[in-house]
Amino acid sequence: MLNPDLKLNTKIFDKDVEQIPIRQGFGEGLLAAGEKNMQVVGLCADLTESTKMNLFAEKFPNRFIQVGVAEQNLAGVASGLAAMGKIPFISSYAMFSPGRNWEQIRTNICYNDRPVKIIGSHAGISVGPDGGTHQAIEDIAITRVIPRMMVLSPCDAIEAKKATLASVDTGTPVYIRLAREKTPIITTEQTPFKIGKAETYWTSEKPQAGIIATGALLHRALLAAKELEEQGIEVEVVNLATIKPLDEESIVKFAKKVGRIITLEEHQIRGGMGSAVAECLAKNFPVPMEFLGVDDQFGQSGTPDELIEHYGMGTKSIIGAVNKIIKR
Amino acid sequence: MEITDEKLTELKEKANNIRISLIEALITAGSGHTAGPLDMADIFTVLYFHTLKHNPQKPDWPERDRLVLSNGHICPVLYSTMAHAGYFPVEELKTLRKFGSRLQGHPHRDFLPMLESSSGPLGSGLSQAVGMALADKIDYGLTSERRIYALLSDGEQDCGQTWEAAMLAGKEKLHNLTAVIDRNNIQIEGYTENIMPLESLSDKWCAWNWHVIEIDGHNIEEIADAFEAAKGIFGKPTVIIAHTIAGKGVPEFERDYRWHGSPPGKGPTDKVPADKQGDVALSELRTLGGKIRSEHE
Repeated sequence: MLNPDLKLNTKIFDKDVEQIPIRQGFGEGLLAAGEKNMQVVGLCADLTESTKMNLFAEKFPNRFIQVGVAEQNLAGVASGLAAMGKIPFISSYAMFSPGRNWEQIRTNICYNDRPVKIIGSHAGISVGPDGGTHQAIEDIAITRVIPRMMVLSPCDAIEAKKATLASVDTGTPVYIRLAREKTPIITTEQTPFKIGKAETYWTSEKPQAGIIATGALLHRALLAAKELEEQGIEVEVVNLATIKPLDEESIVKFAKKVGRIITLEEHQIRGGMGSAVAECLAKNFPVPMEFLGVDDQFGQSGTPDELIEHYGMGTKSIIGAVNKIIKR
Repeated sequence: MEITDEKLTELKEKANNIRISLIEALITAGSGHTAGPLDMADIFTVLYFHTLKHNPQKPDWPERDRLVLSNGHICPVLYSTMAHAGYFPVEELKTLRKFGSRLQGHPHRDFLPMLESSSGPLGSGLSQAVGMALADKIDYGLTSERRIYALLSDGEQDCGQTWEAAMLAGKEKLHNLTAVIDRNNIQIEGYTENIMPLESLSDKWCAWNWHVIEIDGHNIEEIADAFEAAKGIFGKPTVIIAHTIAGKGVPEFERDYRWHGSPPGKGPTDKVPADKQGDVALSELRTLGGKIRSEHE
């Protein structure tokens, strides 16, 4: 059942569950951050409306910088602003930032110890019809590998807003991964959020397996858990909104309870969130694992639902993975 | 600010001592870059001993000017100048590139926090300087007085990011930003015009709405005047294209791209055998020092 302590949206499983793009939550979060803190500045590479930075840009034109289609410069300029005490948020599509400008993020921002917040919108395969060029499914791997970087992957617009606000005061570089599509609202304003904390969203008495999901796919994990419950199979589901620093304590505790773990992410299996979980468990408490994500391929055009099903991240695949792992 | 004859001699001597110290550091290190540091010594001298608003006793003084070294590989001249300016003992230069040293092979703020930026990968320093200049523009508008300096190589004019940053600075009318290009005509694999032709550099920067000043990068008065002139330019950033002689100060090393990435002892041997390169360089520079003093007397 849904963890009652977390005050989640009671309409999660309804057909008419409210759906909002995760990036909208970022836009509102940045606007609120800008109102609270004069040092917050926004920079964008010609995708202000798409990344929802427009809300901030319209309210604070003096603190907004349009750099044009120049993601490498975007990262470098933000580093310079941070050197002067500003708290810069840079936004683009994840494919281009942190994709195209990875070295500038690594050296100018992280190596240089500048607290720039990197907002990668349109991450994952669910970007849909734009096709494989624009589907960032490598971004978790390339950001979590950089020292000092925090990596956040909120599950809905409300959590994205909280993540954005929380990132302001970390004093570190932070990567926040956002999705383009409208996604079901899972949390509420009252749901606790803390950077570095994994939360169990679906609990059960005698779980046979556990699912750790990140981003919008969490909703599909919860749907699968409910369906499995109806079939008499108990699982638990964790929302891993912070991929780095990893909540190792909670993950080990979870592994001890559920005994078998499936990870679910809109990302390449290699190097992503599942790999991070596996690194932790291999070291501390090895359990059988299944990894759901894109299996060493590039994406293609299609509707988000088609693509998620095709690449093995849909409810059917999740249920299949549970049935497989409980027999291991 | 006028430079008196006395001050001019003092600066020339200072530049020569900075060259000697950086050569000594490179000899001890046994690796590192020689040509760029030697040719930028005059510009660094003018900056740290005449132009920059800074305080070596208080490196984090909030009102200080900012200096971003983009081509981090010429850090021997940065370190040597900073040591001579009093940021740390000149003796420490001998730790250059050694394990645990504050003087990393390319500048790193984790080891030497008084640096404005860690740098090395080419093409990204101007972006950072633009960010600093923008921060002051946001806080103080178009009348902000603090100067932001970006020191660039000519080789890194190959990098697309340099031009991304140049465009933004022009668009934002960053009057408080001065860039210096070390136009020494060499990069690691050859002469710039063979590797990737850059001319006309001046036209290119003009096109992005920068004020362009071309100088002899070894003429102390011209260097100082250019920095002063840049302060008077309103509504535009300024770029100083400093024509320099790669390896300046050691005639045996001058104008030869093969000295770009080699320290004395590991450079080309057609003019000076490897085991004599360190001594020859120091001897040439000490002779030059004597000339500077005798000319003044």
